[in-house]
Amino acid sequence: MSPSAPLLSVERLSKRFGAFQALDGLTLELAPGEVLGLVGPNGSGKTTAINVISGVYSADAGMVLLDGRSIGGLPIHRRAHLGINRTFQVPKPFKGLTVGENLEVAAVYSRADRAEIGKCLEFLELAPLVGREAASLNSAQQKRLDLARALIARPRLLLVDELGAGLNPVELQRMAQTLTTIARSGVALLVVEHLLGFLRELTSRVVVMDAGREIFEGSLEVAARDQQVIDVFLGG
Amino acid sequence: MPRGGWYSVGVVLLFALLPFVYGNHALLFNMMMYLVLAQGINVLFGFTGYLPFGYVGFFGAGAYGASLAILLVHLPPVPALFVGAAVSVLVALLLAPLLRLSGAYFAIASLAASEVVYYIVSNPHLVSLTQGPYGISLAQVYNSGASYATMVVVLAMALAVVVYLRNSHMGLALQAIREEPISAGFAGINVVRERIRAWLLSAALAGLAGGTYAWHVSVFYPKSVFDLNISVFAIVFTLFGGVATLVGPIMGTLLLYGLYNWIGISQPEYFQLVFGIVIVLLVLFLPNGLVSLLRRVKIHVP
Repeated sequence: MSPSAPLLSVERLSKRFGAFQALDGLTLELAPGEVLGLVGPNGSGKTTAINVISGVYSADAGMVLLDGRSIGGLPIHRRAHLGINRTFQVPKPFKGLTVGENLEVAAVYSRADRAEIGKCLEFLELAPLVGREAASLNSAQQKRLDLARALIARPRLLLVDELGAGLNPVELQRMAQTLTTIARSGVALLVVEHLLGFLRELTSRVVVMDAGREIFEGSLEVAARDQQVIDVFLGG
Repeated sequence: MPRGGWYSVGVVLLFALLPFVYGNHALLFNMMMYLVLAQGINVLFGFTGYLPFGYVGFFGAGAYGASLAILLVHLPPVPALFVGAAVSVLVALLLAPLLRLSGAYFAIASLAASEVVYYIVSNPHLVSLTQGPYGISLAQVYNSGASYATMVVVLAMALAVVVYLRNSHMGLALQAIREEPISAGFAGINVVRERIRAWLLSAALAGLAGGTYAWHVSVFYPKSVFDLNISVFAIVFTLFGGVATLVGPIMGTLLLYGLYNWIGISQPEYFQLVFGIVIVLLVLFLPNGLVSLLRRVKIHVP
């Protein structure tokens, strides 16, 4: 399965919100530079998985290991310093700051080289917007800024939550290229995505979730013929 | 000179020189006091988004800390002010868990906390320590000129703090936390630590203002230094001018406190009316304060 020792191991992760069991024993592994798609119907626990791995929520049970070491109790900024970063389904840039300030603050507090800011702006086509207030950007630009903020921190594991949603076909194509370039540089990507065409551009390996559990792991093509997967998507 | 530096120097010089040409020193002193408190609110609310209705608790703690250092330990007034600020910072440290709350819950909890500090200080059982409800007299160190000059220095310190925040990575980090605390964490910022730093800084400013006020008036009661109106005034002045800027709270305080002294003292009932109307208009039409008017006409606001 994984070509090298896993960067991320998630073991029997559970999370409950009141009566709702959002995660129910999720297990998965990710190697450096690998891209794993996380798919499933709404409410199947994909975003919760990302929230628990990134430290936004704490797990009720189970473990999250980075390089084989548990990171369970660590606050978000410590996880970011260890190399975990993410984007958000609804982008969350610092809206009152300029594009440049958004990246500057991330560079300083991630102890990154300030020269990275310029490269990152170029890479994500944000350079012409550097002096603009983030609030004035459109949704696609805010998504790229969200991604730039994550990249400045030099992640080894990048959690990408529905980056494709709301992008037009040209933007989707570019975003797929961008993410592929990031993965080729050795960053592991965990990609939550509803747009399967977009996901296919990035990877063939997917985990299909339903009711907080993994119901399928393998290639996207096989998943499309798996009866349980079909039932979940059509019947769900 | 950093952004806003010259404005600060100008405001400090204004208050240093005005007493030579303008006789109402009490008004000038109180205006400086509110400028300090407004900037203290600005540090906390403008840069982190926490609105402390109980802010006056730090002011009162500073007034009592400094006074008791003078009365019980016989410190000279100026070192005693630092004791007062330290007491405020200590209270802020004890109350730091309140930062786990957000929005209205934080505002109300901080208000309740300042009431608790008030009731402890004014408790008749503590007469031997705090003089309880009978208040404090610092008649033996009364010096209106020296305490005025000290408030000018405290004002300079408060403005320096905000100029620093407007120009530093810490200020940028605090604004990032205010906008999106979760993203701020992923930008590598220790959100809890930075919030607590701003909270303590803000408390220290109120403590210095409180101690200097105590020295200046030299006779006061617990009710007068834990008066909720002090919080409300400082908050409204700050919001009226515009938060997270240096100039906003200065404009707000000069205009509204000026208005208060113009009509508020002679005809308090009209002032309450005007004040109420101003607040309603502010919320409806200028939620980002007067500075947003300047920004609209493309004037850069430090």
